[in-house]
Amino acid sequence: METLTVKQKQYLEQPKERISGSEAIVRCLLAEGVDVLYGYPGGAIMPVYDELYKYQDKIHHVLTRHEQGAMHSAQGYARISGKVGVAMATSGPGATNLITGIADAQIDSTPIVCITGQVASHLLGSDAFQETDIVGISTPVTKWNHQITKASEIPEVMAKAFYIAKSGRPGPVLIDITKDAQFKEFDFQYKKCEGIRSYNPVPIVEDSKLEDAADLINNAKKPMIVWGQGVILGQAEDELKAVIEKAGIPSAWTIMGASAISTSHPLNIGMVGMHGNYAPNVLTNECDVLIAIGMRFDDRVTGKLDEYAKQAKVIHFEIDPAEIDKNVKTDVAVLGDSKESLTKLLPLLNANSHTEWLQKFKDLYAIEFEKVIKNDLHPTKEGLTMGEVLNEINTQSKGEAAIVSDVGQHQMIACRYAEFNKSKSNITSGGLGTMGFALPAAIGAKMAAPDREVVAIIGDGGYQMTIQELGTIFQTKVPVKIVVLNNDFLGMVRQWQQLFFDKRYASTEMTNPDFVAIAKGYYVDAKRVTKREELAFAVEEMMQSKDAYFLEVCVEKEDNVFPMVPSGASVSDIRLE
Amino acid sequence: MDKEIKQFTVSVYTENNIGLLNRISAIFQRRHINIESINSSASEIDGVTRWTILVNMTEDQMKKIIGQIEKQVEVIKAYYHTDEETIYQESCMFKIKSDLLFEERQIQNIIKESNARIVTVNKEFFVLEKSGRRNEIELLHRELSTFGIMQFVRSGRIAVTKDEMKITEMLAAFNN
Repeated sequence: METLTVKQKQYLEQPKERISGSEAIVRCLLAEGVDVLYGYPGGAIMPVYDELYKYQDKIHHVLTRHEQGAMHSAQGYARISGKVGVAMATSGPGATNLITGIADAQIDSTPIVCITGQVASHLLGSDAFQETDIVGISTPVTKWNHQITKASEIPEVMAKAFYIAKSGRPGPVLIDITKDAQFKEFDFQYKKCEGIRSYNPVPIVEDSKLEDAADLINNAKKPMIVWGQGVILGQAEDELKAVIEKAGIPSAWTIMGASAISTSHPLNIGMVGMHGNYAPNVLTNECDVLIAIGMRFDDRVTGKLDEYAKQAKVIHFEIDPAEIDKNVKTDVAVLGDSKESLTKLLPLLNANSHTEWLQKFKDLYAIEFEKVIKNDLHPTKEGLTMGEVLNEINTQSKGEAAIVSDVGQHQMIACRYAEFNKSKSNITSGGLGTMGFALPAAIGAKMAAPDREVVAIIGDGGYQMTIQELGTIFQTKVPVKIVVLNNDFLGMVRQWQQLFFDKRYASTEMTNPDFVAIAKGYYVDAKRVTKREELAFAVEEMMQSKDAYFLEVCVEKEDNVFPMVPSGASVSDIRLE
Repeated sequence: MDKEIKQFTVSVYTENNIGLLNRISAIFQRRHINIESINSSASEIDGVTRWTILVNMTEDQMKKIIGQIEKQVEVIKAYYHTDEETIYQESCMFKIKSDLLFEERQIQNIIKESNARIVTVNKEFFVLEKSGRRNEIELLHRELSTFGIMQFVRSGRIAVTKDEMKITEMLAAFNN
């Protein structure tokens, strides 16, 4: 006879309840600690919505105005809380509308569980009404996906879904459930997933690699750290800070890593990448040891790979083995969880300060300030700049707000200039660059962190991609602050057209509607600012508001974001104008 | 050297799950790599599927793709090997008119010399099976095609490696 472990025995002895598949789904969500989910009902998911109705005192379903909005809301929720976000949709178009958000979550490693309804199992493959092969469609953009055709599979598959979404390098999981499986009754029992034999989410940290890394760092004259979202996902902010401070290493961040260390920290030398800061980009090609922590050397970070940090020894701290040597060849790869790795690294490091080396960053910052930052934040010209709006928000929020940005010029400005004192405060679509992300993501972020000020910074283009979510804001009364930086252009594309396509502004000028009237149509307080002297007061009014608030700032139409590493150029060939 | 395009045999041990073929083939498709042949079968371990995939690419690219295959939740382990590191075979079948067997004496010699095996014979056709290296199969195909082939089919490559694959140990480690 097989011997059972205590846990297995407890599991088998648990009372079973005979419930429907759809009730089981809701019970699984509750067992995983889900208190809010975002979705949109429809034919093939109706049995689950019927159960959500019965369980509405325990779990809050937010009806978004489009399934893409549900996904981005779930992402915003996950990004600010570190918990798994949940999105739900019906089959067919409901499911396909999730795809953009799923791809976004995949590339930005966001833990999401998507639940989609599917036509009854006997109709699968028959081109039934609202049938799409969502498992097939979502395969390349999910960490894992699965179709459930039998109610009895629900508990185990749902437990796996949450485990996979959250563990290791997080990502989106999609579970497709046929309608007959939702109706069918079975004996329900839930057990959280604790491991999958083919899946090793967190590699073991090798001491010898840590020693090699420490050796390189201790002997470095000009070390530089670039950290990414891996630090935030691994909750390793304090450990990173300790490492940076002990070894005295100038440290830069990727967009996804922003806010892990306070922007005011003296060793925080700013953002790397295409529109990052001047010093860390230029000095990437001067450092002798480059220490990458929880980042993946995206092409927007590295510029031309053949000329990226060629002089440096590269150390890569990374949880995902597939990222090692993918883009940049490493000298020492330390696999494992960032918190564990950095904790173990700290005692191996010598206390140090690289004063002269740090001074180089300060000198280059002074150049960037003179050429770019000063004019962005304290402009003397007539038109408003995006930078001064951010500056005003910083002044009034004192760096405490979470900034949710969309994609484009305003995003680069927000990431460059927003001040952050708290981690998980920069919520943006980094890898996929999804316009339309910010408004719904801000809804999810505010719901997950009701005590925090959540400010969405959006361009006039991206805003109109998911503007319908104003309806969700109105209905749920979620007090998000929305700032649209309106230049009547798809600004980033226009900037490229100006610089690289001889100012042929093909389809980038926008004739915009009255955004204030639209917001007011949804009963959201709204104001438009066109003059500098109105800005501070309008931002104050917005920040003081207890309710949702919409602020449109009409900014200079043809401003550009600098510095800029032109596409295909080396990071050290970054342009200041 | 990493830039040289070579032939690799990829061996992937996976759970037996619907949709995994899609997931694995998509990794090649993303990088615009053509799969020369693919075979799915049982492996030496109960309940574990083994994929054998034949591809041409640089070793550098191969390493990255192996990483991305292994990253899939239901993949237990993936390996790549060069031809020298594996023992490999393909199998093929020819359907040929039975008359030819008697009219063309040469066919009987070809069958003998090639170590092909007659699977079945009836009044109308006979079926020939041959396992071996790709070049042996291609030679046989060339020789027989002069007489006319009714049907021809060749399998994907299957291969075992000269070195050990410690899948059983890996799975045992999980259970403990």
